[in-house]
Amino acid sequence: MDSSTLPAARQSASGAPPHPFLEFVQEYSSSAGAMAGFLVICALIVVALGADWLSPHPPHEQYRNALLVPPAWAAEGNAQFLLGTDDIGRDILSRIFHGARVSMSVGALVVVLALLLGIALGLVAGYFRGITDIAIMRAMDVMLALPSLLLAIVIVAILGPSLLNAALAVVIVQLPHYVRLTRAAVLNEWNKDYVTASRLAGAGPIRLMLVTVLPNCVAPLIVQATWGLSTAILDLAALGFLGLGAQPPTPEWGTMLANALQFIQRAWWVVTFPGLAILLTVLAFNLMGDGLRDALDPKLKQ
Amino acid sequence: MPLLEIRNLSVEFGEKGHALRAVDAVDLALEEGEVLGVVGESGSGKSVSMLAVMGLIGYPGRVHADRLAFDGVDLLTLPAAERRRIAGKDIAMIFQEPMSSLNPCFTVGFQIMETLQVHEGGSRRQRRARTIELLDQVGIPAPESRLNAFPHQLSGGMNQRVMIAMAIACNPRLLIADEPTTALDVTIQKQILELLLSLQRERGMGLVLITHNMGVVAATSHRVAVMYAGQMVEQQPRDWLFGAPRHPYTAALLEALPERGLGRRRLPTIPGVVPGLYDRPSGCLFHPRCNFVQERCRREEPGITHSNGLLVRCHYPLGAGAPGDGLPSGGGRP
Amino acid sequence: MNTPVLEGRDLSRHYRVATGIFGGRGTLRALDGISVTLQQGRTLAVVGESGCGKTTLARLVTLIEPPTAGSITLDGRPATGPQAAPLPELRRLVQMVFQDPYGSLNPRKKVGSIIAEPLVINTRLSAREREETVRAIMDKVGLRPEHYGRYPHMFSGGQRQRIAIARALALRPKLVVADEPVSALDVSIQAQVLNLLMDLQEEFHLAYLFIAHDLSVVRHIADDVLVMYLGRAVEQGPKARVFAAPLHPYTRALLSATPTVDPKLRGEPIVLHGELPSPLAPPPGCPFHVRCPHTRERCRVEVPPPRPMDERMVACHFAGEL
Repeated sequence: MDSSTLPAARQSASGAPPHPFLEFVQEYSSSAGAMAGFLVICALIVVALGADWLSPHPPHEQYRNALLVPPAWAAEGNAQFLLGTDDIGRDILSRIFHGARVSMSVGALVVVLALLLGIALGLVAGYFRGITDIAIMRAMDVMLALPSLLLAIVIVAILGPSLLNAALAVVIVQLPHYVRLTRAAVLNEWNKDYVTASRLAGAGPIRLMLVTVLPNCVAPLIVQATWGLSTAILDLAALGFLGLGAQPPTPEWGTMLANALQFIQRAWWVVTFPGLAILLTVLAFNLMGDGLRDALDPKLKQ
Repeated sequence: MPLLEIRNLSVEFGEKGHALRAVDAVDLALEEGEVLGVVGESGSGKSVSMLAVMGLIGYPGRVHADRLAFDGVDLLTLPAAERRRIAGKDIAMIFQEPMSSLNPCFTVGFQIMETLQVHEGGSRRQRRARTIELLDQVGIPAPESRLNAFPHQLSGGMNQRVMIAMAIACNPRLLIADEPTTALDVTIQKQILELLLSLQRERGMGLVLITHNMGVVAATSHRVAVMYAGQMVEQQPRDWLFGAPRHPYTAALLEALPERGLGRRRLPTIPGVVPGLYDRPSGCLFHPRCNFVQERCRREEPGITHSNGLLVRCHYPLGAGAPGDGLPSGGGRP
Repeated sequence: MNTPVLEGRDLSRHYRVATGIFGGRGTLRALDGISVTLQQGRTLAVVGESGCGKTTLARLVTLIEPPTAGSITLDGRPATGPQAAPLPELRRLVQMVFQDPYGSLNPRKKVGSIIAEPLVINTRLSAREREETVRAIMDKVGLRPEHYGRYPHMFSGGQRQRIAIARALALRPKLVVADEPVSALDVSIQAQVLNLLMDLQEEFHLAYLFIAHDLSVVRHIADDVLVMYLGRAVEQGPKARVFAAPLHPYTRALLSATPTVDPKLRGEPIVLHGELPSPLAPPPGCPFHVRCPHTRERCRVEVPPPRPMDERMVACHFAGEL
């Protein structure tokens, strides 16, 4: 009887194929951009979790005698305020650190909610087909037809401006993407023999959806979730910028930007650093998403 | 002078050091008007070797050969543009999956006319007439009405005929068919094989037929080459090969055929699996699975022995079913 | 022992499909009037080309789809119609092995989990009991103990089919429907898997409904043969008779078209002209008449019913005369 298994791409000395997770890590780490994105996000998570200890000053503390102080390396800079202060004397560095916490946590919340709801709707639409499928997908089509920011603004306007309502609005705006992705993946997998085999074994709808099909749809969802996180942060910042998201004095990057526009000529640092923070974060998530997609795809193509 | 001459062809993939030799020191020769069947299982390198002849092996593959000549012209030293002119015009190739070998976005007529335009030129009216003629030659009924059909509107058998029409459009001297009937139903398979053979006879083309089906080879080829794990293990005229295989792999393969198992409850099998990238055996690649393995087979890689139109890569080629010096006149180059 | 494992009577399966962009509805007659009987420990091979309905038959017998007409009885219990036995009970009687070894195993599940799934759903065994059962079956099909915790993509085609066979056997069914189980495998692996199937049949008295297009495989493994064309049975009977003296012109053409190594086995070559017709637009009268070398007027008009002849059923008006 035949015995040896096919060796996987890189084989350990013992001759057993490497665990799929190890294969994934090897594949992912081969891309410089993806690793850079991953490291930046790790740093951001550390900053977000440890904002209280890492910040030199409390974010709400106003130093009346240090209004609009330039960054430490500039002419009138002060080593106490590394990135300078804003118009009411709050340390920008500290506010950026705390802003990281706000953006990351709310962004993560948004994505998790949108994922769960989106997967549920997508699974139901893909499994039951018929009128259920049509109803769900047309609703999603309507949501996609409206410009996302506009839709978010309308929702917040109805619910009232606050960080939580902004988060809800972004969840609704992102929902159709996950629903479509899940449904497409379900339809794709449905005709494969292993699903038929599970049906033959007697699997009911719940088991088929959650245990058989869903794990095979996860890869594109993970990639979409990573990009979704960067979009969520951007959208939250936009809403904050418009005054519809986080309300002052909450240190949220978008809100900080809105407030700082008037100082763009006089005090460039008040605008630049929150903007750079947004840029860096979104870029990092996009790079990580690209890296994830590349690392997950070839294994699927196997 | 042989139409196609290949000596010591090797194709490697991967970084030097961990390279996978998909094709390893293969010798082949094809005369004009001859049908050569290249048979082997998955991973035998039969397709890759022919892709190398056509120049279709791209980076990161590397092709080496002592000699790779078509009609006396050395393909290895030819500039790329010259080579492209030969491949596609004088040498043509058809593939296994007709549905994916044809471009789904263009009509069948367009694709054939495009081939004609690239290699032969001519006015649109001339090319259209020639296309209709070709479709008729490959047995497509009502060819004028098919010119504007898309590949997905035609059946598998029809698409394969279209592929053949494209291949013979420029009157090639050599046609390479890579598993042309594997994806087709049995009765359609028979039609296509008959078509290929009749075209080959009419035009005096050389035909290389790559397949894993021994029965197809037995019904169509003049000579047969057997490949295993990238190497050529045996090459003989058809009747000799099926009557008296020289290499233990060929013999075992023939024994394992269900049709040879008539009357026996269990089919003889070949234990083990084809070696992959990391478990290439020392010495003879087939020795772990060979019924007649001896000490020398484990240590030393056998060279190719030539004798009377017979090639075999084995230390102890079979003669009358048993190992030994089974060659008619014995000896050869290591 | 006398109750047939499978009894199918006059099975038909029609689909309503939209033809053309204006939504005209046509009927796809995938299966028409098929009757089969299969005893324990025997193999019935179903042979035919694309569009003949063999896969549809497999789906009906494994109860994935209900027949449009006709009835199925599994081990004496009705499987279709209002009197049908409950599905969980029927599922333990029939299982399936699929053609594509690369698509029939869940890529995200380990081998042990794949084979155990039918046990998880249908039995109340504890996790340890399940593992024991799975390991025992794995041993029977020639898999090694360390394969238990590996993923399908680490295995070759032949090994995946072994895993698929192990899964099919987990519930100890009486009938296994094998849909072209060796078509995608190399010759040497094919021989191993065929041997395994025959060993298992002997040990467990399994009945096989073996779908294949390769007649040399059928010749080796089958007891009875059913030849199908465009959803209808054209010839049906014991293997030895069908192969020795095929009565239906299509069976003869199929035998002639099968490439064979042995020149003595090659009869006069019969090359059929024309394409396989589509089940959406079957020709009137005998479905085979368009390509048949012996067509006569009656064939164009009247559908030949299967009639008994020389130990078989043949659906041809002129079978005895050709």
